Amino acid sequence: MNKLSNSERIFNGLWKENPLFVLMLGTCPTLAVTTSAFNGIGMGLSSTAVLVFSNLIIALMRNVIPDRLRLPAEIVVVASLVTVVDMLMAGFTPAVYSALGIYIPLIVVNCIILGRAEAFAMKNNPIISFFDGLGMGLGFTVALVAIGAVREIIGSGTLFGFHILPASYVPCSIFILAPGAFFVFAGLTALQNKLKMPSATNGDARPLDSESGEACMHNCMTCGIKGCSTRTK
Amino acid sequence: MNLIAIAISSCLVSNVVLSQFLGICSFIGVSTDIKTSAGMGGAVVFVITMASIVASLIYDFVLIPFGLDYLKTIVFILIIAALVQIVEMFMHKCMPALYNALGIYLPLITTNCAVLGVAITNAQNSYNFAESVVNGFATAVGYLIAIVLLAGIREQIVDNDIPHSFQGAPIVIVTAAIMSIAFFGFSGLMN
Repeated sequence: MNKLSNSERIFNGLWKENPLFVLMLGTCPTLAVTTSAFNGIGMGLSSTAVLVFSNLIIALMRNVIPDRLRLPAEIVVVASLVTVVDMLMAGFTPAVYSALGIYIPLIVVNCIILGRAEAFAMKNNPIISFFDGLGMGLGFTVALVAIGAVREIIGSGTLFGFHILPASYVPCSIFILAPGAFFVFAGLTALQNKLKMPSATNGDARPLDSESGEACMHNCMTCGIKGCSTRTK
Repeated sequence: MNLIAIAISSCLVSNVVLSQFLGICSFIGVSTDIKTSAGMGGAVVFVITMASIVASLIYDFVLIPFGLDYLKTIVFILIIAALVQIVEMFMHKCMPALYNALGIYLPLITTNCAVLGVAITNAQNSYNFAESVVNGFATAVGYLIAIVLLAGIREQIVDNDIPHSFQGAPIVIVTAAIMSIAFFGFSGLMN
Protein backbone atom coordinates (compact mmCIF):
# COMPACT_ATOMS: atom_id res chain seq x y z
CA MET A 1 0.00 0.00 0.00
CA ASN A 2 3.02 2.23 0.41
CA LYS A 3 3.82 2.13 -3.29
CA LEU A 4 0.58 3.69 -4.45
CA SER A 5 0.63 6.94 -6.37
CA ASN A 6 -0.78 10.20 -5.05
CA SER A 7 -4.04 9.95 -6.97
CA GLU A 8 -4.49 6.41 -5.74
CA ARG A 9 -4.11 7.68 -2.17
CA ILE A 10 -6.97 10.11 -2.76
CA PHE A 11 -9.17 7.42 -4.27
CA ASN A 12 -8.25 5.14 -1.38
CA GLY A 13 -9.42 7.71 1.16
CA LEU A 14 -12.55 8.62 -0.77
CA TRP A 15 -13.75 5.14 -1.51
CA LYS A 16 -11.70 2.04 -0.70
CA GLU A 17 -10.85 2.96 2.88
CA ASN A 18 -13.40 5.69 3.49
CA PRO A 19 -12.68 6.65 7.11
CA LEU A 20 -16.31 6.76 8.15
CA PHE A 21 -18.07 4.13 6.06
CA VAL A 22 -15.29 1.56 5.91
CA LEU A 23 -12.92 2.20 8.81
CA MET A 24 -15.72 3.40 11.13
CA LEU A 25 -13.56 6.11 12.66
CA GLY A 26 -14.71 9.51 13.87
CA THR A 27 -18.28 8.58 14.70
CA CYS A 28 -18.70 11.13 17.50
CA PRO A 29 -18.42 14.31 15.40
CA THR A 30 -20.30 12.55 12.63
CA LEU A 31 -23.40 11.99 14.70
CA ALA A 32 -23.22 15.40 16.32
CA VAL A 33 -22.76 17.79 13.41
CA THR A 34 -24.71 16.18 10.57
CA THR A 35 -27.96 17.98 11.27
CA SER A 36 -27.64 19.53 7.81
CA ALA A 37 -25.55 18.93 4.71
CA PHE A 38 -23.93 22.34 5.11
CA ASN A 39 -22.68 21.58 8.63
CA GLY A 40 -21.26 18.36 7.22
CA ILE A 41 -19.21 20.37 4.73
CA GLY A 42 -17.95 22.70 7.46
CA MET A 43 -16.90 19.88 9.74
CA GLY A 44 -15.48 17.82 6.88
CA LEU A 45 -13.34 20.60 5.45
CA SER A 46 -12.00 21.73 8.81
CA SER A 47 -11.06 18.14 9.64
CA THR A 48 -9.49 17.81 6.19
CA ALA A 49 -7.33 20.87 6.79
CA VAL A 50 -6.10 19.47 10.10
CA LEU A 51 -5.57 16.02 8.65
CA VAL A 52 -3.59 17.21 5.61
CA PHE A 53 -1.22 19.36 7.63
CA SER A 54 -0.86 16.95 10.54
CA ASN A 55 0.05 14.18 8.08
CA LEU A 56 2.50 16.51 6.33
CA ILE A 57 4.18 17.79 9.50
CA ILE A 58 4.36 14.40 11.18
CA ALA A 59 5.78 12.80 8.04
CA LEU A 60 8.42 15.55 7.88
CA MET A 61 9.37 14.97 11.50
CA ARG A 62 9.03 11.19 11.52
CA ASN A 63 12.78 10.61 11.63
CA VAL A 64 13.47 13.02 14.48
CA ILE A 65 10.62 12.02 16.81
CA PRO A 66 11.87 9.43 19.31
CA ASP A 67 9.74 6.33 19.21
CA ARG A 68 8.70 6.54 22.86
CA LEU A 69 7.54 10.15 22.51
CA ARG A 70 5.60 9.42 19.35
CA LEU A 71 2.09 9.85 20.71
CA PRO A 72 2.65 13.02 22.76
CA ALA A 73 4.43 14.59 19.78
CA GLU A 74 1.58 13.68 17.45
CA ILE A 75 -1.01 15.00 19.88
CA VAL A 76 0.80 18.32 20.23
CA VAL A 77 1.05 18.73 16.45
CA VAL A 78 -2.64 17.92 15.99
CA ALA A 79 -3.74 20.13 18.88
CA SER A 80 -1.72 23.08 17.55
CA LEU A 81 -3.27 22.71 14.10
CA VAL A 82 -6.74 22.45 15.60
CA THR A 83 -6.13 25.66 17.53
CA VAL A 84 -5.13 27.41 14.31
CA VAL A 85 -8.21 26.11 12.47
CA ASP A 86 -10.39 27.07 15.45
CA MET A 87 -9.14 30.67 15.40
CA LEU A 88 -9.36 30.96 11.60
CA MET A 89 -12.94 29.72 11.62
CA ALA A 90 -13.92 32.03 14.46
CA GLY A 91 -12.51 34.92 12.46
CA PHE A 92 -13.63 34.17 8.91
CA THR A 93 -16.64 31.85 9.10
CA PRO A 94 -18.45 32.81 12.31
CA ALA A 95 -21.75 31.20 11.21
CA VAL A 96 -20.18 27.78 10.67
CA TYR A 97 -18.10 28.25 13.79
CA SER A 98 -21.12 28.78 16.01
CA ALA A 99 -23.04 25.93 14.35
CA LEU A 100 -20.21 23.45 15.00
CA GLY A 101 -19.42 24.84 18.44
CA ILE A 102 -17.51 22.55 20.75
CA TYR A 103 -16.92 19.96 18.05
CA ILE A 104 -14.18 22.07 16.46
CA PRO A 105 -11.74 21.82 19.39
CA LEU A 106 -12.78 18.18 19.65
CA ILE A 107 -11.21 17.48 16.25
CA VAL A 108 -8.10 16.83 18.39
CA VAL A 109 -9.55 13.56 19.62
CA ASN A 110 -10.97 12.53 16.25
CA CYS A 111 -9.65 9.03 15.77
CA ILE A 112 -9.16 9.55 12.03
CA ILE A 113 -6.44 12.13 12.56
CA LEU A 114 -4.34 10.30 15.14
CA GLY A 115 -5.09 7.07 13.32
CA ARG A 116 -3.64 8.32 10.03
CA ALA A 117 -0.70 9.91 11.84
CA GLU A 118 0.12 6.61 13.50
CA ALA A 119 -0.71 4.29 10.64
CA PHE A 120 0.48 6.28 7.66
CA ALA A 121 2.39 9.51 8.25
CA MET A 122 4.90 7.95 10.67
CA LYS A 123 5.93 5.46 7.99
CA ASN A 124 5.75 7.36 4.73
CA ASN A 125 7.28 10.35 2.99
CA PRO A 126 5.69 13.81 3.36
CA ILE A 127 4.27 14.07 -0.16
CA ILE A 128 2.35 10.84 -0.14
CA SER A 129 1.26 11.51 3.45
CA PHE A 130 -0.10 14.86 2.32
CA PHE A 131 -2.21 13.16 -0.34
CA ASP A 132 -3.27 10.44 2.07
CA GLY A 133 -4.54 13.15 4.42
CA LEU A 134 -6.30 14.87 1.54
CA GLY A 135 -7.99 11.66 0.44
CA MET A 136 -9.03 10.67 3.94
CA GLY A 137 -10.29 14.18 4.67
CA LEU A 138 -12.32 14.33 1.46
CA GLY A 139 -13.69 10.87 2.14
CA PHE A 140 -14.78 12.03 5.59
CA THR A 141 -16.33 15.17 4.09
CA VAL A 142 -18.28 13.19 1.49
CA ALA A 143 -19.55 10.81 4.17
CA LEU A 144 -20.60 13.68 6.45
CA VAL A 145 -22.38 15.47 3.62
CA ALA A 146 -24.18 12.26 2.64
CA ILE A 147 -25.44 11.63 6.18
CA GLY A 148 -26.21 15.33 6.67
CA ALA A 149 -28.20 15.41 3.43
CA VAL A 150 -30.33 12.41 4.43
CA ARG A 151 -31.07 13.92 7.84
CA GLU A 152 -31.77 17.36 6.42
CA ILE A 153 -34.12 16.10 3.70
CA ILE A 154 -36.14 13.91 6.06
CA GLY A 155 -35.89 16.18 9.07
CA SER A 156 -36.60 19.56 7.54
CA GLY A 157 -37.44 18.92 3.88
CA THR A 158 -34.53 21.00 2.66
CA LEU A 159 -31.10 20.40 1.16
CA PHE A 160 -28.36 22.99 1.71
CA GLY A 161 -31.16 25.25 2.96
CA PHE A 162 -33.27 25.01 -0.24
CA HIS A 163 -36.73 23.48 -0.06
CA ILE A 164 -36.68 20.44 -2.27
CA LEU A 165 -39.68 18.54 -0.99
CA PRO A 166 -43.24 19.75 -1.72
CA ALA A 167 -44.79 22.05 0.86
CA SER A 168 -47.26 19.30 1.76
CA TYR A 169 -44.40 17.26 3.26
CA VAL A 170 -44.44 17.47 7.04
CA PRO A 171 -40.83 17.38 8.22
CA CYS A 172 -40.04 14.50 10.55
CA SER A 173 -38.04 16.68 12.87
CA ILE A 174 -36.74 13.84 15.03
CA PHE A 175 -34.20 13.24 12.27
CA ILE A 176 -32.42 16.48 12.99
CA LEU A 177 -32.51 15.76 16.73
CA ALA A 178 -30.21 13.38 18.57
CA PRO A 179 -32.16 10.11 18.01
CA GLY A 180 -32.27 10.72 14.26
CA ALA A 181 -28.48 10.64 14.14
CA PHE A 182 -28.49 7.22 15.73
CA PHE A 183 -31.28 5.94 13.46
CA VAL A 184 -29.59 7.09 10.24
CA PHE A 185 -26.25 5.68 11.38
CA ALA A 186 -27.85 2.37 12.37
CA GLY A 187 -29.58 2.15 9.00
CA LEU A 188 -26.31 2.84 7.27
CA THR A 189 -24.38 0.13 9.10
CA ALA A 190 -27.25 -2.30 8.57
CA LEU A 191 -27.18 -1.53 4.85
CA GLN A 192 -23.46 -2.24 4.78
CA ASN A 193 -24.06 -5.54 6.53
CA LYS A 194 -26.80 -6.37 4.05
CA LEU A 195 -24.71 -5.58 1.00
CA LYS A 196 -21.67 -7.26 2.54
CA MET A 197 -19.69 -4.14 1.84
CA PRO A 198 -16.21 -3.95 3.33
CA SER A 199 -16.55 -2.29 6.69
CA ALA A 200 -15.08 -2.49 10.14
CA THR A 201 -18.44 -3.79 11.31
CA ASN A 202 -18.57 -6.79 9.01
CA GLY A 203 -15.50 -7.64 6.94
CA ASP A 204 -13.76 -10.84 7.92
CA ALA A 205 -14.80 -10.69 11.58
CA ARG A 206 -18.06 -12.31 10.57
CA PRO A 207 -19.25 -13.52 14.02
CA LEU A 208 -20.40 -10.04 14.90
CA ASP A 209 -22.36 -10.99 17.99
CA SER A 210 -19.47 -12.89 19.53
CA GLU A 211 -17.55 -11.07 22.21
CA SER A 212 -14.30 -10.94 20.27
CA GLY A 213 -15.82 -9.58 17.08
CA GLU A 214 -17.47 -6.84 19.07
CA ALA A 215 -14.37 -5.66 20.84
CA CYS A 216 -12.53 -4.25 17.85
CA MET A 217 -15.49 -2.81 15.99
CA HIS A 218 -15.50 0.95 15.51
CA ASN A 219 -14.21 1.35 19.02
CA CYS A 220 -12.41 4.65 18.80
CA MET A 221 -10.81 4.05 22.13
CA THR A 222 -8.89 1.11 20.82
CA CYS A 223 -8.52 2.33 17.28
CA GLY A 224 -7.56 5.88 18.08
CA ILE A 225 -4.13 5.05 19.34
CA LYS A 226 -3.17 1.43 19.39
CA GLY A 227 -5.67 -0.76 17.61
CA CYS A 228 -6.01 1.59 14.71
CA SER A 229 -2.50 1.17 13.42
CA THR A 230 -2.88 -2.56 13.40
CA ARG A 231 -6.27 -2.43 11.77
CA THR A 232 -5.24 -0.46 8.73
CA LYS A 233 -2.27 -2.73 8.03
CA MET B 1 -27.19 28.98 37.12
CA ASN B 2 -26.94 27.17 40.42
CA LEU B 3 -25.02 23.97 40.97
CA ILE B 4 -28.05 21.66 41.12
CA ALA B 5 -29.33 22.95 37.80
CA ILE B 6 -25.93 22.35 36.22
CA ALA B 7 -25.82 18.85 37.67
CA ILE B 8 -29.29 17.86 36.42
CA SER B 9 -28.73 19.47 33.07
CA SER B 10 -25.45 17.77 32.28
CA CYS B 11 -26.35 14.43 33.86
CA LEU B 12 -29.82 13.83 32.43
CA VAL B 13 -31.21 16.56 30.20
CA SER B 14 -28.29 16.97 27.83
CA ASN B 15 -26.76 13.58 28.49
CA VAL B 16 -23.17 13.46 27.30
CA VAL B 17 -23.60 10.37 25.15
CA LEU B 18 -27.23 10.38 24.12
CA SER B 19 -27.62 14.00 23.19
CA GLN B 20 -24.11 15.42 22.81
CA PHE B 21 -22.56 12.33 21.16
CA LEU B 22 -19.34 12.48 23.14
CA GLY B 23 -17.74 9.17 23.97
CA ILE B 24 -19.90 7.22 21.49
CA CYS B 25 -16.99 4.94 20.64
CA SER B 26 -16.53 3.47 24.10
CA PHE B 27 -20.28 3.62 24.64
CA ILE B 28 -20.78 1.15 21.81
CA GLY B 29 -17.50 -0.73 22.16
CA VAL B 30 -17.39 -1.48 25.88
CA SER B 31 -21.10 -1.97 26.63
CA THR B 32 -21.18 -5.73 26.12
CA ASP B 33 -21.92 -6.57 29.76
CA ILE B 34 -22.95 -4.65 32.86
CA LYS B 35 -19.85 -5.41 34.90
CA THR B 36 -17.33 -4.15 32.36
CA SER B 37 -19.41 -1.13 31.49
CA ALA B 38 -19.78 -0.20 35.16
CA GLY B 39 -15.99 -0.45 35.51
CA MET B 40 -15.52 1.74 32.47
CA GLY B 41 -18.11 4.19 33.77
CA GLY B 42 -16.37 4.32 37.14
CA ALA B 43 -13.02 5.02 35.54
CA VAL B 44 -14.57 7.75 33.40
CA VAL B 45 -16.23 9.36 36.44
CA PHE B 46 -12.88 9.42 38.20
CA VAL B 47 -10.87 10.76 35.28
CA ILE B 48 -13.42 13.39 34.20
CA THR B 49 -13.80 14.70 37.75
CA MET B 50 -10.04 14.87 38.23
CA ALA B 51 -9.58 16.45 34.79
CA SER B 52 -12.24 19.08 35.55
CA ILE B 53 -10.49 19.99 38.78
CA VAL B 54 -7.01 20.26 37.29
CA ALA B 55 -8.10 21.87 34.01
CA SER B 56 -10.25 24.41 35.81
CA LEU B 57 -7.42 25.39 38.17
CA ILE B 58 -4.89 25.72 35.37
CA TYR B 59 -7.33 27.63 33.18
CA ASP B 60 -8.27 30.11 35.92
CA PHE B 61 -4.84 30.62 37.47
CA VAL B 62 -2.40 30.14 34.59
CA LEU B 63 -4.01 30.56 31.18
CA ILE B 64 -6.35 33.47 31.89
CA PRO B 65 -3.90 35.66 33.90
CA PHE B 66 -1.21 35.27 31.25
CA GLY B 67 -3.61 35.78 28.34
CA LEU B 68 -2.94 32.28 26.99
CA ASP B 69 -6.61 31.45 26.59
CA TYR B 70 -6.11 30.35 22.99
CA LEU B 71 -3.80 27.53 24.08
CA LYS B 72 -6.56 25.79 25.99
CA THR B 73 -7.07 22.89 23.55
CA ILE B 74 -3.38 21.94 23.61
CA VAL B 75 -3.04 22.41 27.36
CA PHE B 76 -6.19 20.43 28.16
CA ILE B 77 -5.30 17.44 26.03
CA LEU B 78 -1.84 17.30 27.60
CA ILE B 79 -3.34 17.61 31.09
CA ILE B 80 -5.70 14.75 30.36
CA ALA B 81 -2.97 12.53 28.93
CA ALA B 82 -0.67 13.23 31.87
CA LEU B 83 -3.48 12.77 34.38
CA VAL B 84 -4.45 9.40 32.98
CA GLN B 85 -0.80 8.33 33.19
CA ILE B 86 -0.53 9.45 36.80
CA VAL B 87 -3.82 7.84 37.78
CA GLU B 88 -2.71 4.65 36.10
CA MET B 89 0.64 4.56 37.91
CA PHE B 90 -0.98 5.46 41.23
CA MET B 91 -3.62 2.76 40.94
CA HIS B 92 -1.07 0.21 39.79
CA LYS B 93 0.96 0.83 42.97
CA CYS B 94 -1.74 1.50 45.55
CA MET B 95 -4.94 -0.15 44.33
CA PRO B 96 -3.87 -3.19 42.31
CA ALA B 97 -7.30 -4.85 42.52
CA LEU B 98 -9.11 -1.90 40.97
CA TYR B 99 -6.29 -1.46 38.48
CA ASN B 100 -6.65 -5.00 37.26
CA ALA B 101 -10.42 -4.66 37.08
CA LEU B 102 -10.20 -1.62 34.82
CA GLY B 103 -7.39 -3.06 32.74
CA ILE B 104 -7.01 -1.58 29.30
CA TYR B 105 -9.86 0.91 29.72
CA LEU B 106 -7.89 3.24 31.93
CA PRO B 107 -5.20 4.37 29.43
CA LEU B 108 -7.76 4.49 26.64
CA ILE B 109 -9.80 7.15 28.43
CA THR B 110 -7.33 9.73 27.10
CA THR B 111 -8.95 9.46 23.70
CA ASN B 112 -12.49 9.55 25.07
CA CYS B 113 -13.77 12.82 23.66
CA ALA B 114 -16.09 13.29 26.64
CA VAL B 115 -13.11 14.17 28.86
CA LEU B 116 -11.81 16.92 26.59
CA GLY B 117 -15.38 17.95 25.83
CA VAL B 118 -16.12 18.63 29.50
CA ALA B 119 -12.92 20.61 30.01
CA ILE B 120 -13.66 22.79 26.98
CA THR B 121 -17.32 23.25 27.93
CA ASN B 122 -16.24 24.43 31.38
CA ALA B 123 -13.85 26.95 29.84
CA GLN B 124 -16.30 28.15 27.18
CA ASN B 125 -19.12 28.69 29.68
CA SER B 126 -16.63 30.36 32.05
CA TYR B 127 -17.73 28.15 34.90
CA ASN B 128 -16.01 28.84 38.22
CA PHE B 129 -14.15 26.12 40.09
CA ALA B 130 -17.18 24.64 41.91
CA GLU B 131 -19.34 24.75 38.79
CA SER B 132 -16.63 23.05 36.74
CA VAL B 133 -16.23 20.23 39.23
CA VAL B 134 -19.98 19.71 39.51
CA ASN B 135 -20.39 19.82 35.75
CA GLY B 136 -17.57 17.32 35.27
CA PHE B 137 -18.85 14.92 37.88
CA ALA B 138 -22.47 15.11 36.69
CA THR B 139 -21.50 14.64 33.05
CA ALA B 140 -19.49 11.58 33.96
CA VAL B 141 -22.34 10.17 36.03
CA GLY B 142 -24.57 10.70 32.99
CA TYR B 143 -22.09 8.64 30.96
CA LEU B 144 -22.11 5.94 33.66
CA ILE B 145 -25.92 5.79 33.67
CA ALA B 146 -26.13 5.62 29.89
CA ILE B 147 -23.48 2.93 29.42
CA VAL B 148 -24.80 0.71 32.23
CA LEU B 149 -28.37 1.00 30.88
CA LEU B 150 -27.20 0.13 27.38
CA ALA B 151 -25.21 -2.84 28.68
CA GLY B 152 -28.26 -4.05 30.59
CA ILE B 153 -30.41 -3.87 27.47
CA ARG B 154 -27.75 -5.59 25.39
CA GLU B 155 -27.57 -8.45 27.87
CA GLN B 156 -31.31 -8.87 27.49
CA ILE B 157 -31.42 -8.81 23.68
CA VAL B 158 -28.36 -10.93 23.04
CA ASP B 159 -30.42 -14.07 22.36
CA ASN B 160 -33.19 -12.32 20.45
CA ASP B 161 -33.95 -13.13 16.86
CA ILE B 162 -32.49 -9.98 15.31
CA PRO B 163 -32.76 -9.52 11.51
CA HIS B 164 -29.53 -10.56 9.88
CA SER B 165 -28.60 -7.10 8.62
CA PHE B 166 -29.09 -5.58 12.05
CA GLN B 167 -26.92 -8.05 13.97
CA GLY B 168 -23.92 -6.58 15.72
CA ALA B 169 -23.42 -2.85 15.69
CA PRO B 170 -26.67 -1.69 13.98
CA ILE B 171 -29.00 -3.06 16.66
CA VAL B 172 -26.85 -1.47 19.36
CA ILE B 173 -27.14 1.89 17.63
CA VAL B 174 -30.91 1.48 17.27
CA THR B 175 -31.03 0.73 21.00
CA ALA B 176 -29.07 3.91 21.65
CA ALA B 177 -31.51 5.84 19.44
CA ILE B 178 -34.48 4.63 21.47
CA MET B 179 -32.65 5.45 24.72
CA SER B 180 -31.97 8.88 23.31
CA ILE B 181 -35.70 9.40 22.70
CA ALA B 182 -36.40 8.25 26.25
CA PHE B 183 -33.91 10.77 27.61
CA PHE B 184 -35.81 13.54 25.83
CA GLY B 185 -38.37 13.05 28.57
CA PHE B 186 -35.97 14.66 31.02
CA SER B 187 -36.01 17.96 29.15
CA GLY B 188 -39.13 18.90 31.11
CA LEU B 189 -37.00 18.95 34.27
CA MET B 190 -35.27 22.16 33.29
CA ASN B 191 -36.67 25.70 33.11
